[in-house]
Parts: sequence; structure tokens; C-alpha cells
Amino acid sequence: MSEAVPHADSHGPEEGHAAAHHHTPPSGFIRKYIFSLDHKVIGIQYLLLALFSVFVGLIMSVLMRLNLTWPDHKWPLLGTIFKAGAPGGQMSPEFYLSLVTMHGTIMVFFVLTTAPQGGFGNYFLPIQIGADDMAFPVLNMLSFWTTLLGLVVLITAIFVEGSTAFSISLHAKSGLAKFAETYLGGGGSGTIGPIGGWTGYPTLSALGKIAGPGQGAGATLWITSIAIFCVASLLGALNFITTLLNMRTRGMSLMRMPLTCWSWFTTAILALLSFPVLLAGGILLLLDRHAGTSFFIPGNLVVSDQLLTQHAGGSPILWQHLFWFFGHPEVYIAILPGMGATSHILSTFARKPIFGYRAMVFAMFAIGLLGFFVWGHHMFISGMSPYSGMAFSVLTLCIGVPSAVKTFNWLGTLWGARIRFTVPMLFAIGFVSLFVAGGITGLVLGQTSLDLSMHDTYFVLAHFHLVMGVAAIFGMFAGIYFWFPKMFGRMMSDTLGYIHFWPTFVGVYAIFVPMHAMGLVGMPRRYASFAEYVFLNKTHPLVMLVTVAAIVTAAVQLIFLFNFFWSLFKGRRAGDNPWEATTLEWAVPSPPPFDNFGGRVPTVYRGAYEFAVPDAPEDYVMQTTPDERAANAPALAGAGEQGGEVTGNGHHDGHH
Amino acid sequence: MSTHAHVDTVPAADWGGGTLPYRVGHRKLGMWLFIVSDALTFSALLVGYSYVRLSSAEWATPFAFSPSILFSTTMTLCLLSSSFTMVMAVRASAHGRRRAARRWIGGTMVGGLAFLVLHIYEWAHLIEEGLRPFGLNPGSHFAHEWAERWPHASPLFGATFFATTGLHMFHVFTGVCYLGVVAMRIRSVKHEDVEISGLYWHFVDLVWMFVFPLIYLLSVDFKA
Amino acid sequence: MGRALAALIWVITILSVWMFVSGKWWFPPAITEHGPAYDRQFLITIIVVGVAFALSQIALGYMLWRYGARRDGSRGIYSHGNNRVELLCMGVTFVVFVTVALFGQTVWARLHFHDAPPGAARVNVVAQQFQWNFHYPGADGQFGRTDPAKIKDADLNFVGLDDADANGRDDQVVTTLVMPEGRDVELTMTSKDVTHDLWVPELRFKQDVVPGLNIRVHFKPVKTGRFELACAELCGQLHYKMKSYLIVLPQADYDALMKLPQAQFQGRITELNKLPLGLPGQQY
Ligand code: HEA
Ligand code: HEA
Ligand code: CUA
Ligand SMILES: [Cu+2]
Repeated sequence: MSEAVPHADSHGPEEGHAAAHHHTPPSGFIRKYIFSLDHKVIGIQYLLLALFSVFVGLIMSVLMRLNLTWPDHKWPLLGTIFKAGAPGGQMSPEFYLSLVTMHGTIMVFFVLTTAPQGGFGNYFLPIQIGADDMAFPVLNMLSFWTTLLGLVVLITAIFVEGSTAFSISLHAKSGLAKFAETYLGGGGSGTIGPIGGWTGYPTLSALGKIAGPGQGAGATLWITSIAIFCVASLLGALNFITTLLNMRTRGMSLMRMPLTCWSWFTTAILALLSFPVLLAGGILLLLDRHAGTSFFIPGNLVVSDQLLTQHAGGSPILWQHLFWFFGHPEVYIAILPGMGATSHILSTFARKPIFGYRAMVFAMFAIGLLGFFVWGHHMFISGMSPYSGMAFSVLTLCIGVPSAVKTFNWLGTLWGARIRFTVPMLFAIGFVSLFVAGGITGLVLGQTSLDLSMHDTYFVLAHFHLVMGVAAIFGMFAGIYFWFPKMFGRMMSDTLGYIHFWPTFVGVYAIFVPMHAMGLVGMPRRYASFAEYVFLNKTHPLVMLVTVAAIVTAAVQLIFLFNFFWSLFKGRRAGDNPWEATTLEWAVPSPPPFDNFGGRVPTVYRGAYEFAVPDAPEDYVMQTTPDERAANAPALAGAGEQGGEVTGNGHHDGHH
Repeated sequence: MSTHAHVDTVPAADWGGGTLPYRVGHRKLGMWLFIVSDALTFSALLVGYSYVRLSSAEWATPFAFSPSILFSTTMTLCLLSSSFTMVMAVRASAHGRRRAARRWIGGTMVGGLAFLVLHIYEWAHLIEEGLRPFGLNPGSHFAHEWAERWPHASPLFGATFFATTGLHMFHVFTGVCYLGVVAMRIRSVKHEDVEISGLYWHFVDLVWMFVFPLIYLLSVDFKA
Repeated sequence: MGRALAALIWVITILSVWMFVSGKWWFPPAITEHGPAYDRQFLITIIVVGVAFALSQIALGYMLWRYGARRDGSRGIYSHGNNRVELLCMGVTFVVFVTVALFGQTVWARLHFHDAPPGAARVNVVAQQFQWNFHYPGADGQFGRTDPAKIKDADLNFVGLDDADANGRDDQVVTTLVMPEGRDVELTMTSKDVTHDLWVPELRFKQDVVPGLNIRVHFKPVKTGRFELACAELCGQLHYKMKSYLIVLPQADYDALMKLPQAQFQGRITELNKLPLGLPGQQY
């Protein structure tokens, strides 16, 4: 049997790959690198977008820490850039809050929803299932450009409001400030950007300028950006699902897919079902702000000592339901691809098949499914019915079970392994450690009773930064170090990689573990300064510790940045399969040619993680290795049968 | 052990790779997925509507038989019959009768346009009576009538009404445009493309079958 | 490399556990009746999750310590998993988590599943951007009628009391929350503008204050003292400064306070606010 057969006879009479198949690579810089239809280029575009965003978010987080630790200090540079937000260089409380809002929004939406899914997913999902591109290349390109538009709008939100110097200069030139004043509900309130938090709760976010600084044009643009992002993610999700269902190559049965593919698939389903709800919510919020409706605004409000007569009848809680119906699945959208990459990388460098492949797949789906029924755990304290709070609470703790199964399987994969401690492997191990550390406090927050104290304290911040802020980010780092050679044909520097890993791993623990303690003491979130409260005094050493750790950790990221760009040009050349991995992306050149498999269609013979196969010539057998060559490994064939309880990697599909 | 039995062969089942498991092309599958997600957008709006309606002390039921109910029923019939013509269009296209398919699509578009015209007329009527997204136009007919009959009515009536029907109207409008393109290019498009446009159109119809009872029929004014 | 990482993970685990065990940063003492139950539930939970955390990290470290690649080129165990162990692990976590979840409802149920007992002291809470208003019924125990249209901060009518209502004549509105010791307290909470959240760590209690809703909650303070009261829901620019105090008085002092005429009430509150923070004799 040949390893690859010509394209034409590989598909049924219907369109199959044909629809997506564009034969000649485009020529010309613009078509090739800017408005490219190639999923690989789009994937890299997404990654670069996320890379840019993550550093913006990182800088914001450092500024936040500076303000929390030295509230009265003047930072002259800031004063020059943000004349209104940081007059004389001292950050104003509204400036701080807009940093919080932007940091959260950028990190959640433009980093953790774009890079793992839009970036790695786009690049590797088609290759790993043996397809030549996504199902809808044009749609794919549109998704990216829509996302970019969302980011531009979000960044604009920082500047339209307040900063008078900026407004005046713009006024003369493009009239942006005037536009903001006239159509978006006005600027000039002396701040930067929206200050509603990434959750944008009304009525604060719905009332407009009257609710104080940071609720004018910037807030409008913030919601608009989110709505744009929803559309982009929706289109992307639709594309992923179609590609995965329809374009798997011969022999790539579902149960032979790498776990990365499963995670992108699950994530896409979550995105497809949750983003439309946020979109609807966002539209309603915009209507409230600009069409005079009151979906989220009750009657008889007295804001800034003025009775509002034009609004009545709405409910702020409705927004919370819509937001969290999206928001909770969203946090799994952020983590699932990280879990997929971790499983993939752990197995590869443990040189062992993944432990409990099927259990991993089911756990992922269980997490996804349950994820739609627990949104209320963000709303225990919101004034929602206490009885529904109880139901949400029990379901919330149940979601810990599949997560525990996954953790267990990761440990099982390492058990009896022959671990190669490469840089991606270190980050994957870091992921496991951090995910457990962060996930476990979810079980505290998930209890209605305990949330009475813990809600909206730094304990919550500690929880979600560990699990999302860094576990998921570690998944991304692992992915970058692992796939960089495939994407760019060069290895990243190991030395720099190790120098990056150790301080980062220690650093993030040093940043986020003390936040639990602050939460226990009772420190509330979204406070521009803690100086007002005596009971917080004893946390001051911790606050300082966290800040120092954050600055060091942030600085260490520059090593990563340097490594990334340096290796692009100077890295050691990578072969096709530098890690001796098994999946399809390692069966093609690095970087892969325009249509991935050179117009041929690969055939897949086995599950994704055949490492340590006894008697096989090497300690790994690729998915594309035909059986004749692997056949001198008799044990391989019976893998599914041994001992009765060993689950094969789905070798049985289509047979029983 | 039967060495090769398990490993060698390429699974031949639908899900084994190399085939289209649902036996539908990408575009059709994509349309189904789009429909699923769009359905969720509408669900969110309708759930929001139900939420505010249930949590309000009183909800106005101002739709008199004429013109609102009369119109909306006619509109429903328009959409229903346009679904029928769409079915016929797909059938004609399946048999390769492209000209017939184009004619049926034309019929569908007429149904859709009629719906739009009636709907806009109906909107205009309500706006004239004083209904607004933000409540009621003070001094208008509705303002007086409502103050008397539903003094505690939630002002969100107009907001939910215009938001939901507006989004639906937008879908009908894009649907008509979409069908127009398909009809124009009927010679070059594949049969599946006609089917896909049909899917979209039926979906838009289906949504109306929720909007109509929830928004209109639950707000019928029996007194008038 | 593997052993270094293993050791590092263990050190981090020990330090993290120490952070909780040291007691340096812990809840302030509880002053409500449900407080001890809360603290117990928290302790049980933190022990359960702490053990799970430590075990997982230790196990992870062990794998790294033990199973590094070997020079002899030998291969790892060729195993695709073990369904029995899988099910066992699932079963155990399910039982543990659901048990914890069910126990985690008791305090909640006690606070939220029934109304305040009759005879509870009642206070209306009206939050507004960056200020707390606490509205006491006065000597007659009856709240006066309020009307949003009458709210005028400039005239110090923060909650919109209607002069026409006799019940309201003796009502008191101040920015400090005062409660009697050993008696249930019912708060009826609403907000004038945006969502706020009433948060006193010592109460082991927190509740969003939502515009458009009158949320009624109750609990029973059992210790006297003076405590800081914070806003725990983002409400705008000065969210971090929306501070007030909770003062729990012995029953008799509370009754005396409530009987005071308006003119003296404010003065007495000012005086009470000179009390040191915390429980009597406690280092706050
Ligand atoms: C990637 C993102 C991510 C992930 C995966 C999770 C996972 C979980 N989260 Fe988290 N969460 C967030 C991101 C995330 N969360 C964010 C961003 C917020 C705040 C939003 C905001 O307000 O701004 C939040 C807030 C949040 C709250 C609301 C707190 C509040 O505001 O009051 C709650 C409450 O229930 C909660 C619970 C959980 C639970 C139970 C899990 C579970 O899925 C965790 C499961 C994992 C484990 C349990 C660990 C592994 C298990 C073992 C090692 C088992 C071994 C154990 C034994 C045998 C006992 N989260
Ligand atoms: C992904 C999510 C994410 C990430 C990574 C971070 C990272 C950090 N966060 Fe953030 N944070 C949030 C999500 C995140 N945060 C959210 C959602 C909120 C809530 C907002 C709100 O309340 O509305 C928040 C709020 C928040 C606050 C609370 C403010 C308040 O409530 O008053 C603070 C305070 O210190 C803080 C600090 C930090 C610090 C110091 C870091 C970092 O410095 C830690 C170190 C970071 C790294 C080591 C990552 C570096 C990554 C790369 C370089 C990526 C490389 C790129 C590729 C591989 C493509 N964050
Ligand atoms: Cu009031 Cu925050
Ligand atoms: Cu959640």
C-alpha cells in the first residue's frame, strides 16, 4: 500500500476536498502573506495578533501592580502618554480601572481565544487530519480580519475618551473625537478607556456618561469590539467543525485523531453555541446605550442625583445570565486547546502512548457539556434565586470530575515513561501543575456557602489566573516551543528556552499563590488602592511580593520574545520530525508546502500516540507508517486486545 | 494473534475518514452549523424577552385584530407559502429543471417581499400609534390608551418587539437578497447551493413560527 | 533536569501549603451565628482540596523524578490505559466532590431558604455611587414612605423620604450600619444607580445590591465591635473608596440608640465611630 495516493480517487463522488482545493500557490506578497487564504498563514497571523496582544496585556498588568503597590508614586513617562489618565504621572483610579478592564478583555478574548484556537488550531488541525486546507478558506481569512478589526476597535476605545491632547489633535485631523462625541455617546471625561471590568455589568455599563468617567465612547467601542469578536469567533468555529467532520483523510477515524484535534473540535462547538448568546447580549446593551431601550436598566434610578425617567422595566441580572451563559463556556474555550496540546506533548516526550485516550476524549466532552449548565456559579451573590444557586453549585462541583480524570491520565502517561525534558515538555508539565493548583480552588468557589465570602475577592483572581492566566498560557508556550520548528523550519534556542522556563514557572506561582491569602483576608477585586482599609494592612508585604514577582516574570518574557524572533532567522534548521513524533504534521516538510501534502492524500493506519511499541524498529510509529513496515511489531497489532482492560487507540473503529 | 486484522485496513465506515460522514458537502454542513448558532442568537433574544416579561408587574397586550393580528397572520401565511414554493424550487432543481427552479425561487422571493412590505407597514402603524423602542411617544394615542388600560405596563414592550422582529426582518431581507443571487445565477450554481439557500429560508420561517406566537399572539387585545 | 523540576514542584507545594497553614493570613474572626459553621466548612474544604493538591503535585514530581529517559535506550511501558483504574478515580472524585458540594449548601440554606424570624431588627440599605445609606425605622419601628422622585442629595434626602408620611418623621438615615448583638437582623437592600455589594469580612456574608431589586437578607451578629464595611462590586471610579463601618452594639445600647431623636442620633453615631476597630480588645 502506498503511503500517499493521488488526490482524485480519495474521495466520494461529492465535493470532498475539491471545494477547498486551490492548486497553485498565490504569488505576490499581498496575496501570500496579507490576504492569504492559506490556513497556515492565517494561523501565524492569529499567533502574531495574540503575541502583540499578550504583551499589551502584560504591560498593563505591570502598570496595575505598580499602582497597587505605590499608589502615590509619579511615573513621568506615563504622564506624558496619558495626560488625562495619569495627570503628572500619577495613575488615577479610573485609569487603573480601565487598565483592569482592558487587561482582562485583551487577555481573555484576544489572547486566549485567538492563539490556541485561531493560531495553533488553524495551522495544525488541517494538517493533523490530513487535509489540504480548512473547509472555507475565504471565511477563514474573514474571521482573522474580523478579529483584527475587533482588536483595533478595542485599542481605539482606550483613546477616544478623555485624553484631551489626543482628542484635540485628532479633532483637527480626522474628527475621530468629534465622531465619538456625536455618535458614541461622548468623550472628554478625563480618563482612558472603559472602566466596567471585562464582565461589563450594567447598569454601570448601560447608562452612559452619567455613570461617571469611562462610560462614554470608550465603553461603546468596547461592546462593539466584543460584538465584532463574537462574529469572528462564530465564523471560525463553524469552519473548524466542518473541516474536522468532513475533511479527515483516509483512515483518520475520529478515535485516531490526535487529542489536539479533539480539543479544537470541542472548543469550536463551545464557541459556536456560546458566542451567539453574547452577541445578542451585546446588541441589547448597545441598544440600551444608544436606542433608549431598557433591557438591563430598571426604573426610578437616581444617578448623580438625577432621576432618570427615560428608563424602566429592565433587569441588570438578565445581562449577567446572558454574559455568563457565554462566559463560563468561554473559560473552557480558553483552556481546552491547552489541555489538548499538553496531552499531545506529554505523550510525545514521555515516549509513551497517552494513558486512557478514550477517557480523555469523553472527559473533554463532559467538560464541554457540563460547562453549559454551571454559569450560575458566577452569580451566587448576584440576587439570583438561592435555589437555582444550589443547583448550579452541585453541577459545578461535578465538572471537577472530568478534570480530575484528565489530571489522572496525564499522570498515568508519565508513569513508567522515559521522559525527555525538552523545553515544550517542561511547559506541558508546568501546565499540569498549574492547572491542578488553579482548578482545585474552583471547588472552594463553587460552593454557595463559601462563595459568600470569597466572591469578588483576590481569591477568585488567584483561582482564575492560575488556571487561565498561566496554565492556559503555559499550554500556549508548550505549543510554540513544540511547533515552532514545523511552522518556521528552525528550532528555537534550547538554552534560552530553559532560561525562560525556570523563572517563569517560579514567578507565576509567586505572583498568584499569595493572592489566595489576600482573598482570605478579604481583599476585594478591582480596587485602585488598598490604602483606605485598615484590615488590609497585613497584606501589604504580600502585595509587594506579588508586584516584584510580576515585574521579574514580565521581564523574563522578553527572553521569550527575543528567542522567538532570533530563532526565526538564526535558529538551527529543523528536520521534518525533530521530536520523533507520530502525527501527520511531522510527516511533511518543515515548513509544510502550500497545500500541505503536495497534492497527495496521506493514509492513516493507526492511532495518534504509538510510542514505545515493543519490537518496532524505533520507539515510535508514525500514523502514516504502513503496516508492512510496522508489521515486525506483532504486539502493535493486538494492542487493543491485551489484557482485556487496555484500551487501544481506537484501532477497532469500523470493525466491530 | 491475527496480526493484521486490526491495524492494517483503512476503516471503511462513514466515520473512518476519507468520506463525508453526513454525506453532505462542506457548504451544507456549514449552513447547518450557522443555523444552529443563529438559532441561539434568537433564543437569547426570546429568553431575554420572556425574562423581562415574566419579571414585570404587567405587560401590555395591545395588538388589536386589525391591523396587527390580521397583518401578522397574513405575513405568517406569506412565509408559509414561501416555504412551500422553496420546497418546489429545490425539487425542480433536483430534477435539473433550472428554469422552473428559478421561477419557484422567484415565487419565494415574492412571498418574502410581501412579508417585508406588510411588516414594515405594520411597524409604521405601530410607530404612528406611538410605540417606540424606548417605550411610548408621550402624547400619542398609545400613550393615552395604555395609561388607562395597563397603567403598570413595562415600557419594554417596544424594545423587545422592535429588537426581535427587527432582527428577524433583517434575516428575511438578507434571505431575499440571497435567493435573488441564487436565482440570478441558477445556471451556474450547483443543486446543492439551491438546497442550502432553501435551508436558510426554512430556518428564517421557523424562527418566525416562534416569534409570531410569542410576540404577537401572546399580546392580542381581546377587548378591542 | 527532571529531578530539579520535581524538587522545585515539591518546594512550591510546601510553600503554598505553608501559606494556608501558617495562619498569618486568614479570615478575621467571625461575628455572626453562621460564622463558625462557615469557618468549619471552609476548613474541611481547604483540607480536602489541599490534600488533593499536594497529592497531585507530589505524584507529578515523583513521575519526573523517577521516569527520566535512560541512557540504555530502553523504552517505556507500552500501555494505553486501564479502564478499571479510570473508573475508580472517577468514582472517588465524584463521591468526594458531590459530598463536599452538598455540605457546602448548609450555611447557604440557613441564610437564604427562609425569611428572617419575626422580631428581627430591620434596616433598609440604599447604596449609591460611592456612599452607603442605612435607613432605620426609628422609635416607631415603621419605615416611612420613600419616593425616588424625592431623592435629593443636596438636601441630604438620600433615600427619598416623603415628609408627608408620619411614619417617616422619626426615621434615621446615616452612613454607618448599626446592628444589635444576639438578634436577627434583616437588611432590605437596593441601589439607586448601579450594582454595589455589601461586604464585611467578619460577617462571612456578602450580597450584591442591585438597582431595581429589593433584596432581603438576614443573619445574626453575635459579637459586638466595630468593623470596616466595603463595596465589593465594581461600581465606577471611586469603588475602592466606598467605605463605611459596621457597628454591632449590645441589645440595650442598640435600643437606646434607636429611641434617640434625630438631632442626637447622628451625634451618637459619630461618637460610636470613635470606637477602636475590631472586636473589643482585638488587634485589628
Ligand atoms: C481557563 C479558565 C478556567 C477554568 C478551567 C476554570 C475552572 C473552574 N472554575 Fe473558574 N473562573 C475562571 C476561569 C476558569 N475557571 C474565571 C476567569 C473566573 C472569574 C471571572 C470573573 O469574575 O472575572 C472564574 C470564576 C469562578 C467562579 C466564580 C467565583 C466568584 O466570582 O465568586 C467559580 C465558582 O464556582 C469557579 C469555579 C470553577 C470550577 C469548579 C472549575 C473546574 O473546572 C476546575 C476543575 C479542576 C480541578 C478540580 C483540578 C484537577 C483535579 C484534581 C487534581 C482532582 C484530584 C482531587 C481529588 C481526588 C479530591 N470559577
Ligand atoms: C489570560 C488571561 C490573563 C493573564 C495571562 C493575566 C496575566 C496577569 N495578570 Fe491578570 N487578569 C485577567 C486575565 C489574565 N491576567 C482577567 C480576566 C482579569 C479580570 C479583569 C476584570 O476584573 O475585569 C485580570 C485581572 C488582574 C488583576 C486584578 C485587578 C483588580 O481586580 O484590581 C491583576 C492584579 O494584579 C492582574 C495581574 C496579572 C499579572 C501580574 C499577570 C502577568 O504578568 C503574569 C505573567 C504572565 C505571563 C508569564 C504570560 C506571558 C505570556 C506570553 C509572553 C505569551 C506568549 C505568546 C504566545 C505563545 C503566542 N490581573
Ligand atoms: Cu459601590 Cu463598588
Ligand atoms: Cu465559571
